[in-house]
This record gives sequence, structure tokens and C-alpha cells, in this order.
Amino acid sequence: MDNIKDNQGDVWEVFVQSKPGLPHKHAGSLHATDKEMALQNARDLYTRRNEGTCIWVVPSNFIVSSLPEDSESFFDPSDDKIYRHPTHYVMPEGAKHI
Amino acid sequence: MLKKSSTDKNQLFVDYFFVKFGQPNKNIYNNMDEQQKLDAFQAKIDAEIKIEPKDWMPEEYRKHLQRQISQHAHSEVIGMQPEGNWVLRAPTLRAKVVLLAKIQDEAGHGQYLYAAGETLGKSRDEFIEELQTEKAKYSSIFNYPTLTWADMGAVGWLVDGAAIVNQVSLQRTSYGPYARAMVRICKEESFHQRQGYEIIAHMAKGTPEQKAMAQDALNRLWWPSLMMFGPHDADSPNLGNGVKWKIKRETNDELRQKFIDKTVHQAEVIGLTIPDPDLKWNEETGHYDYGKIDWDEFWNVVKGNGPCNKQRLEHHKRAHNNGKWVREAALAYAQKQKAKQMVA
Repeated sequence: MDNIKDNQGDVWEVFVQSKPGLPHKHAGSLHATDKEMALQNARDLYTRRNEGTCIWVVPSNFIVSSLPEDSESFFDPSDDKIYRHPTHYVMPEGAKHI
Repeated sequence: MLKKSSTDKNQLFVDYFFVKFGQPNKNIYNNMDEQQKLDAFQAKIDAEIKIEPKDWMPEEYRKHLQRQISQHAHSEVIGMQPEGNWVLRAPTLRAKVVLLAKIQDEAGHGQYLYAAGETLGKSRDEFIEELQTEKAKYSSIFNYPTLTWADMGAVGWLVDGAAIVNQVSLQRTSYGPYARAMVRICKEESFHQRQGYEIIAHMAKGTPEQKAMAQDALNRLWWPSLMMFGPHDADSPNLGNGVKWKIKRETNDELRQKFIDKTVHQAEVIGLTIPDPDLKWNEETGHYDYGKIDWDEFWNVVKGNGPCNKQRLEHHKRAHNNGKWVREAALAYAQKQKAKQMVA
């Protein structure tokens, strides 16, 4: 709300679960001044056609994101661990169901 | 290092990581001069890797998107007005709830687009101010009046139809947030076109007066709908970079042709005549040839001299000002709640 000159409330990110059992997926963002308004706006904006069974709203500035310019060093540790993938392993000829 | 090993299998994994994390240009921007940054950016675009808000981008790319996305958002929002004109005059309860749902969708589409635009570093208030001070444009089609109920049909069929052709193409635009907004919008938009076509088809089958009304709506809205795609490619100053950077995936003329090709048959099916004596199937090109578009009219409306420009903006300002106390009250309430939490 200390936004420069914006008088539209904070920006919130919206995550929608489309069916029970499925993960909440980022749907988009919206403006709201409090959590009730954020939830109601999210319902009106992102679930007008029964797209959801549950909604999460999170103030955007609470989301911590990795940065594109750091991505090399950040993701590097997994670069040399190809043995974490099943296709790394050589299976004997003719072996099935593995 | 395992990663640099040259067996095919390991190469496969290097590729896998490349695809998974999608950052072929990791960490290299810091040490580059402007031209190298541009080249790396272009390489990313050419490789169909989407640009995200925190990625480096040329200032021109940012500006182009801010202009295009805000214009798109403004169009959705202003587009509610010509339809709002008919909510209280809808001929049946069904028509009324459908129209209301459609207008609510347009408001939602405006919200998706503003949100995408805001990721480029401009606030919602700034976008709205640019609209209200006429620094930003919206689609000139909404500066035409909706005179009869048949216009609700023609607007859905033609205006939403033209918008869909454009938006389907924009689902592949290079800027991630814009592309995602387009995917969502396209999912919702086809109901709009179908409801419009249903209205006009219904009237075209009605009494002679109703059919005349349907034809009249088509006559008035056909050419402005073709103008929605913007000037011909040869006269379009923003096209070059827009295409190079894959903001636009198809040119104005290509999109316009697509729209014409699919709409002609729809008019035939319901027995209406497209008001263009030069409209003719061209065996050679596999497309319809069409008559000359009156660009003087287009520019005149863009410059603010269309039949409804003033009315549309004034209404927008009035609605915005009328909502001021609500926004202020909501902010004050939120601040109070925050203060309470601090104390507790």
C-alpha cells in the first residue's frame, strides 16, 4: 500500500486448485486491499466457469523468486548429477517392467 | 566434469537441463555490451524461449509491450460500454443474463491484461491515467454506437470474431505474461462470438424488419471490424520490431485476411450480404479479395473524431471517479486492520 502512486491496493498472486487432489496452480494476479477482498476478487476473476475447488491468494511481495541472472550458479548443483534420472542406468538386455 | 563428457547419453542430459531450465544465456548479461545483450535477447526469441518479467529486455521491447498490452486492456474495458447500452433493453431474460456474463468477462479480460502490463513496471493507475488523458488508445471499433439489438449480434459475431483471430495468434507472443493472459482470454472468448452469431442469425430468420435490422448492423460494423486489425502492413510503423521480437506472430494483413476468409461463409449461412461489392473468391491465392478500406475514416476515429469517442472517455472517467470513495474506504479499512494487528 506504500505503492508509488497506485491507489488500487496491493498486488496478490492467485493459485487455483482445479480438482480435489491436484496441486494449486498459478492463475494470475489481481489488486486488493485485504485478504477477504483478494479471495473474492480471485473467485470472480479466475473461477467464473467452475475452474476451481480451492483458491490461495498471496501478496506478491511475499513471494521470493530466484533471479534469471543467478540461475546458472543457482541451478548448477544439479547439472552434474545425471544419475538422479532413471535413464542413467544401463539395464540388462531383455529385462522388463523396470 | 560429468556434464562435459561427450557420450550421447550425457549430451542428452545436458539438453534436458537446457530445456528444463530454459536459460541458455545464464548469467552472461552482466558482462555484455548493449549489442551483445541485444543479440543474446534475439537468440532467445528465435529459439522460442519466452521472455519473463525479470529477464533482461531491450527498452524498446518493454515500451512496445506496454503500449500494446495497455491498448488491449483499455479496449476490453471500454468495450463494455457499447454492450452495457443494451443490458436494460435486452429482449428476453436469457439474452440479458448472457449479455451480463459477457460484459463481466470483458471486465475480467481487462484485468488479466492490466496485470500482464503491470509486470513491465508501470502501475495500474498510470495505465488508467494514460487512457483518460488520451495518451493511450483503445480499439477504435468501440467508438461506434450500438443502435439496435442486432448490433449486439454483430458486435459479438464480428468484433469478438476479429478479436479472436488476433488473440489466437497472440497466444504465441514472446512475452510470457501476455501469452498466458491470451490463453485464458481465448478460452472464454469463443462463447462471445457464438452468442453474437446466434443473435444475428435469429434476427436474419425473423420478420422482414428484423432481417433488415440484421443486415443494417452488418453494413455498419463490417468495415470498422476490418479496421480493427490496423493499417496495411506497408503503412504500419510498429510492425518491424513487433514481428522481429515475435510480439506479433502474424501481420495485420495476414490476420485481416484470416478473419475475412472465415466470416464470408458465416454470412452466407444466415442469408446476409457482406457490404463489399468487390468481395470475391480468388482461386489463385485461395483467399477472398476485398475492396478498399476507408483509412481516412479509420484515422479520423483514432484521432478522436468518431461518433462516440467523447462519450466513451467521459463515461470511463465518471465511473472511475464515482468509485474513488470505494477505493479510499478499502485502503483506509486495510490500514486500520494492519494497525490493529501491530498492536495485538
